[in-house]
Amino acid sequence: MSKPSDLVQGTLDMLILKILALEALNGWAISQRLKQISADVLGVSDGSLYPALQKLERRGWIRAEWKFSENNRRAKFYSPTRLGRKQLEKETAHWNRVSTAISGIVKLKEA
Amino acid sequence: MNMTLEQWLYSLPVRFRSFLHRRQVDQEMQAELRQHLDQQTRENILKGMSPEEARRSAVLTLGGITQIEQQCRDARGGNFLGDLMQDFRYGFRQLWRSPGFSVLAIVCLTLGIGANAAVFSWMEGILFRPYPLVAHQDRLYAVGGIVQGQSNGDFLSWPDFIDLRRNCTLCEDAFVTSITGSTLNIGDHAEVTTGSIVSANYFDVIGVRPILGRGFQPGEDAGSNSHPVVVISYQFWRNHFKGDPEIIGKTQRLKNVPHTIIGVTPDGFYGTFVGRAIQFWVPACMEETFHGGGYKLEDRGARWIESYVHLKPGVSRAQAQEQISALGARLQNDYTATNRGRSIKLWPLYETPFNHAGELLPILEVMVAVVAFVLLIACANVGNLLLVRAFVRRHEMSVRLAIGASRLRLVKQLLTEGLMLSAIGTAGGLLVAYFCRHALVLLLPTGVGAAMYLPGQMDARVIAVSVGVCLLVTLIVGMVPAFQTRHLDVAGPLKADSSGVVGARGRAWVRSALVVFQVSLSFILLVGAALLLESLQKIRTTSPGFSTTNVAVTGVSLVAAGYDIPRASTFQNELIDRLSGVPGIESAAFAAVTPLGYMTYPSSPIAVDGYQPAPDEQPEIEYNRVGPNYLATLGIPLLSGREFARSDDENAPLVAVVNRTMMMRYWRGQDPTGLRLQVKGRWARVIGVAADAKYESMAETPKPFFYLPLRQDSSREPELNIRTTQPLQSTSAAVLREVHALDENLALYEIISLQEQVNRATSPQLVAVTLVSILGGLALLLAAVGLYGVMSYAVAQSTRELGLRMALGARADNLLRLVLSRGLGLTAAGVLFGTVMALALTRLLGRLLYNVSPHDPVLFGSALVVMTITALSACLLPAWRAARTDPARVLRS
Repeated sequence: MSKPSDLVQGTLDMLILKILALEALNGWAISQRLKQISADVLGVSDGSLYPALQKLERRGWIRAEWKFSENNRRAKFYSPTRLGRKQLEKETAHWNRVSTAISGIVKLKEA
Repeated sequence: MNMTLEQWLYSLPVRFRSFLHRRQVDQEMQAELRQHLDQQTRENILKGMSPEEARRSAVLTLGGITQIEQQCRDARGGNFLGDLMQDFRYGFRQLWRSPGFSVLAIVCLTLGIGANAAVFSWMEGILFRPYPLVAHQDRLYAVGGIVQGQSNGDFLSWPDFIDLRRNCTLCEDAFVTSITGSTLNIGDHAEVTTGSIVSANYFDVIGVRPILGRGFQPGEDAGSNSHPVVVISYQFWRNHFKGDPEIIGKTQRLKNVPHTIIGVTPDGFYGTFVGRAIQFWVPACMEETFHGGGYKLEDRGARWIESYVHLKPGVSRAQAQEQISALGARLQNDYTATNRGRSIKLWPLYETPFNHAGELLPILEVMVAVVAFVLLIACANVGNLLLVRAFVRRHEMSVRLAIGASRLRLVKQLLTEGLMLSAIGTAGGLLVAYFCRHALVLLLPTGVGAAMYLPGQMDARVIAVSVGVCLLVTLIVGMVPAFQTRHLDVAGPLKADSSGVVGARGRAWVRSALVVFQVSLSFILLVGAALLLESLQKIRTTSPGFSTTNVAVTGVSLVAAGYDIPRASTFQNELIDRLSGVPGIESAAFAAVTPLGYMTYPSSPIAVDGYQPAPDEQPEIEYNRVGPNYLATLGIPLLSGREFARSDDENAPLVAVVNRTMMMRYWRGQDPTGLRLQVKGRWARVIGVAADAKYESMAETPKPFFYLPLRQDSSREPELNIRTTQPLQSTSAAVLREVHALDENLALYEIISLQEQVNRATSPQLVAVTLVSILGGLALLLAAVGLYGVMSYAVAQSTRELGLRMALGARADNLLRLVLSRGLGLTAAGVLFGTVMALALTRLLGRLLYNVSPHDPVLFGSALVVMTITALSACLLPAWRAARTDPARVLRS
């Protein structure tokens, strides 16, 4: 069995954590923000967002609360836990290391 | 995914919520998704779409709601119980959807588990907890006497018992029982009821409180015939006194002595004798009334007591045995005349030497192995069925793996389905066992079975063991397909499954191995059944040393009619004289004990001139007291001298007849006629030598034995042996006529042929044969079903290959042979393993086999024939189907 979308999925987790670290949002807002940031490059469908949120919540990285949104509707808002912030730092550091290395290699090839 | 403790703590509330508020969590999720759609729709409208268009576009970008919901549930992950519930619902739907499979699997398991539960319940009810309502059976042990160097136990004398009770500090208490019976005159017919002679502490020690009246009081067991009181059973009270509430104080004649009824035992109490439901209890002081033969409570040499002890909590049998052996040694020293060479022994209840537990133990031991085999065969069948289904379901499994279900989750699902099957099977099995709990008696010949009481016991322990078996079965049958998920991969269902099973290896080997396993186990059972059958045949046809045809046995209840010994003797002589005048009756003789009957022979220490016993040896030999013409009547050949005549009475010199084995051992083969033999301290003259015969069991080896004249040794009620050319019915009528001519008030016992007596004596073997044959047949059937299943599945899977072969020129009979030879190949492998295992295992039948080698090649051969025929018939239908393959249709598809 293979996990073809491992990289993207791991990245999705990190992106969600990053977005939520700035501001608590509901599912729809997260999906909008994702589209803005990644300019649709990652091709995250709205459908795959919710299972990912469930998984993050189960892992204890984000927590969900029902709050009133701007237009006075009850909505489920997600925010990162302390554990989630730590995870984000770890993932970011890891990402930076890997991407530096990769871009180094890629540049090496170009040269 | 490894979780740190912190992470686990964080996620705990989420897990709790998704378990405890499953529905609410689901609803929230739905609400959230709905909201997403609403917001997206609004956004789309702002972008200038029409409301409908906006909505459709929103749904489109989100994707299928239901799938997302399921994915969310999968991602949230379950928790154990929640998953379990889901698995149960899912599993139930799966079973419901393929009823053929489910029913077959459940029937297999019901039979397998039912056979086990039935045997467990018999073991519980007969061997381990045989006495309902009796307290502390886990600490209850049988106590009896034993002759040093011998293994079979016998009885204690009353003085020995009193010493035991006084000196055994590790025992909480001890009590006496001794089985007895009495003929009751009910209206115009006589009926024999079973009773117990007990010590006065009996009901107190076993903790049974009479529901009416009282038990016995201390001292009520002392004296000679001094307390004619009786406690009756609930059934006796119901059946004979119609549940009379005023029963206490009324009298009941037992052995012609009026006994005052002092108590009624509770419903469900059957006394303490494996094999019988006891109907009444009398105190030990009444022993003489019931057994005759003099007052025994002060006679250390008179051994008649079956007794039991309650050990103190925490005392082991070994510890108690040590103390009791020391007591036995002391008694040997103090009372050399009566106790030399004797000791006292403790037995666990299941080895009790003086009831039917001892003879049922080896049968039930073998049964445990047999039913375990049947269960394994059933499991193999179900495992095979599950494998087929796992193969059919591999698509579903792959998809679930692909969307992120963990492999463990799939295994859990498969185990749950296994558990459902085996739980239903166990419930069914327990029902089967419940209906079979009294079935053991049905296997006995009617004459014996009618009087026997051998209940199975369905208590918590039996149910617990059955549930244990159920879990084990779940693991076995669930693991087989779970093991197969190892080979599952996401791409699996996409690949064409090249399944030419008839010729191929691969996945099919597990199923083939299971079939080989089944065939070997059922072959072992077949061999076992064949051996037992042959043994029964041998035991029934072997010569017992007396003629079994033309000899009838009955008895006249003289004691019950109040005859004393002189009057009984006169009556016996007159009856013999009258009977010799009846046409068809060749001869008749009284004897104290009938060979192979349920009564035991007395034994006596002996001494012989010129025979020097070893220092610690006290020769003690069993004997029978018989009337004139006894040997001729039974057809036991006289090797030398003469047998007893009427003149050998109480006024004549003491005489004895010895058997051949005794002559060989104590007179070194010299004819002892005319020599002396000391019996019970008195010298008698040997007047003849009789051929060896069977005395107590058909399986016994020749042993020393002698006869004394009935008239020279006071006896209890003797039995009447009649050699006749007439059928039993007319003999019975003739004897009754002659008896009534002498005394109108006398009743005749049941009249049976000696062959019937032999049949009854060999009934344990019959039970073993019947049980093993039934279960062997069941095993064979299950194995045939397994073989059939594998072969027809193989044929169904390889239609393409078969069609191809046919297209290339194979004829129908080639294909027939191909399939048959594969089926027989599996069978041959199974038989080979089975033979190897059977050679090692049939020795366990040891005690049940008589004159049959556990490795008898002929019997192994006949088992092979049966197995082969069964295998052939199981493969025939699939083979026929293979031969009818239509190549054109197959190749087109």
